[in-house]
Amino acid sequence: MPKPVKTPVGAQPENPAHLILDGAVAENQWNLLPLDAETEITAANLAPGKVILPLSVWLVLRDELQNRKNEIGVWLDSDETADLIGDDASELPLIAAHFPLFTDGRAFTAGRLLRQRYGFTGELRAVGNFMRDQLTYLTRCGFNAFAFQSEQPLENLLDSLRDFTDSYQSAVDQPLPIYRRRALLG
Amino acid sequence: MYQYDEQDHKLIRERVAQFRGQTERYLAGELSEEQFLPLRLQNGLYIQRLAPMLRIAVPYGLLNSTQVRRLAHITRKYDKGYAHFTTRQNVQLNWPNLEDVPDILAELAEVEMHAVQTSGNCIRNTTTDQFAGVARDELVDPRPYCELIRQWSTFHPEFAFLPRKFKIAVCGAKEDRAAIRAHDIGLQIVKNTQGETGFQVFVGGGLGRTPIIGVAIRDFLPEVHLLSYLEAIVRVYNQLGRRDNKFKARIKILVKALGAEAFARLVETEWEQIRDGADELPPEAIAWSKRFFPQPAYKSFSDSHGEAVLRDQAGSDKAFSRWLERNTFPHRVPGYQAVTLSTKPTGIPPGDVTDRQLEAIADLADEFSFGEVRVTHEQNVVLADVEQERLYELWQAARKHGFATPNIGTLTDMICCPGGDYCSLANAKSIPVAEAIQRRFDDLDYLYDLGDLHLNISGCMNACGHHHIGHIGILGVDKKGEEFYQIQLGGSANEKAALGTVLGPSFSRDEMPDTIGKILDVFVENRQPEELFIDTYNRIGLQPFKERVYAKAS
Repeated sequence: MPKPVKTPVGAQPENPAHLILDGAVAENQWNLLPLDAETEITAANLAPGKVILPLSVWLVLRDELQNRKNEIGVWLDSDETADLIGDDASELPLIAAHFPLFTDGRAFTAGRLLRQRYGFTGELRAVGNFMRDQLTYLTRCGFNAFAFQSEQPLENLLDSLRDFTDSYQSAVDQPLPIYRRRALLG
Repeated sequence: MYQYDEQDHKLIRERVAQFRGQTERYLAGELSEEQFLPLRLQNGLYIQRLAPMLRIAVPYGLLNSTQVRRLAHITRKYDKGYAHFTTRQNVQLNWPNLEDVPDILAELAEVEMHAVQTSGNCIRNTTTDQFAGVARDELVDPRPYCELIRQWSTFHPEFAFLPRKFKIAVCGAKEDRAAIRAHDIGLQIVKNTQGETGFQVFVGGGLGRTPIIGVAIRDFLPEVHLLSYLEAIVRVYNQLGRRDNKFKARIKILVKALGAEAFARLVETEWEQIRDGADELPPEAIAWSKRFFPQPAYKSFSDSHGEAVLRDQAGSDKAFSRWLERNTFPHRVPGYQAVTLSTKPTGIPPGDVTDRQLEAIADLADEFSFGEVRVTHEQNVVLADVEQERLYELWQAARKHGFATPNIGTLTDMICCPGGDYCSLANAKSIPVAEAIQRRFDDLDYLYDLGDLHLNISGCMNACGHHHIGHIGILGVDKKGEEFYQIQLGGSANEKAALGTVLGPSFSRDEMPDTIGKILDVFVENRQPEELFIDTYNRIGLQPFKERVYAKAS
């Protein structure tokens, strides 16, 4: 089995103060914890409040953290597929997917599978190096939150959410491909 | 052909507006080179050796005369007055200004054209048989399926940032004229014992530095599942394809690493989850797509009348007879024939046409073939529906415009990439080699005696000139800053697809015509009556060719 590369060390997702959430600029309420081999995260030393855990950490701690269920999110690195969360996605308030590079398109698939296969209804957040020109594709794959890596005037980016107002194929936002809409009409 | 409705127009207009914004941001320094790169590539825009290059999409090679005239206008207004037909049945402009590209896209959009996904790591233009809908050996017209694939793949939100480029080809006939086994996905239309239409699915073919012939992972996919199955394949690839090394990122490497069976199992498992979902192609959707490819208003002729006329004309005019033999193709409708306009007279880069020639093509299409034109993956142009009684007239008109070189399927009808003259990737020039070979072998009687013979030339191992699947393949290589050419023999692109075998050490450009001459001599000396080059090669093997070519001068 070919092993897709892991995200380069150092290219960890950050925690910007603001993000785009459901089509508007919002304050970031969540604290994403990067992967850090040095400091082991345990249920006991985990900071209070809303935190987003790396998948590997969440897999170990999720049972211990049952009482904090509504403030524990998970982030998938680019080499981690949606099936590693699986149906547990339906219980999570937030899942983030990491783009180490904006050309790494694996998270688009992760988004669709979380929404359409694994029943995820919470906040689906893009983190890392994606770009505004991808916002419609991301939205179509089920993302509703966009934490851009560097601080930039997010209001200016909102227009890109509407680059396209229609689509050919079905995805999270559109249940029917265009040929069905057309064929059924025509 | 397919006609846009308001939704198509809106989507393409929105794309033009998006790209205009991106270009402005790039020119204003708000987008870095690195960020702009995949955005411009997905709009067909390369930055090449001498200038930008814009690759315009021609879905499955089909154009109408209005579109061809607009291309002529665009080459005149924004470029140097010529265009280039590519092996993906697309059209390239070699000298546009970056600043003009949004305007070019806007002009294209007015005639239902665009440059979407003609490059970049996404699903590219779907290609097919240039004789789709008219070939006698056709089971089912592939074009309605190509159109559905076009719609499914255009702006696909999940698959716009794949590990590498992704190419799909569809063949609906017995003979594979679309090289489907050299594609990431090749679809062969088949019928099962109940007479139902479906697809044999090949995956993992491709050329480039690791050439591989695709393998069948499914022998019968019912047509209702076409799109969900494609989605399953590309989804598996998007998740598991390598992204650490661009030379190992194509799906062929994944299929090879996993083994075809294991890969097929992953696809089937994924497909089981989505096969009955939104992407099902119900009969009414297929019927809807088929409505865009109706039979044109053919006249009714008796079976023999047109052929009798042609026999007379051919009997009294040798040149017409030659053209008829090489440049026309049998038609399933009595009284009609398909015509290939050759873009390969000696001295012109294969696939290049001027603005005036584009206009002439449009006029010929209107006059002789219901206003439709097809681009072939061999870089020629086809008028598919010509009355036999009018072939003589068409031939005379085509001659005037330089399209009647009677060489289709012969040695001089070569596929050739732009090579080092234009392409920044190339290691060597390819156009001058093509020209030298054309000049050397310009005796038509000799060419016809050789019979069908595909010679393909690439200027580097990216293999845009498909050298691996030419009966004779030529690859430009760089040795310490000097250009040399390696020869391969025995490649084939059709249903008996095979990769060529390297003959031996490479040659200088000057040596190429003589070397090709020696190869042809071995063929002529060894062939059985009427045998084709590829069949002789397969019978006698590489050795006799090798011995002759590398023989020490005595």
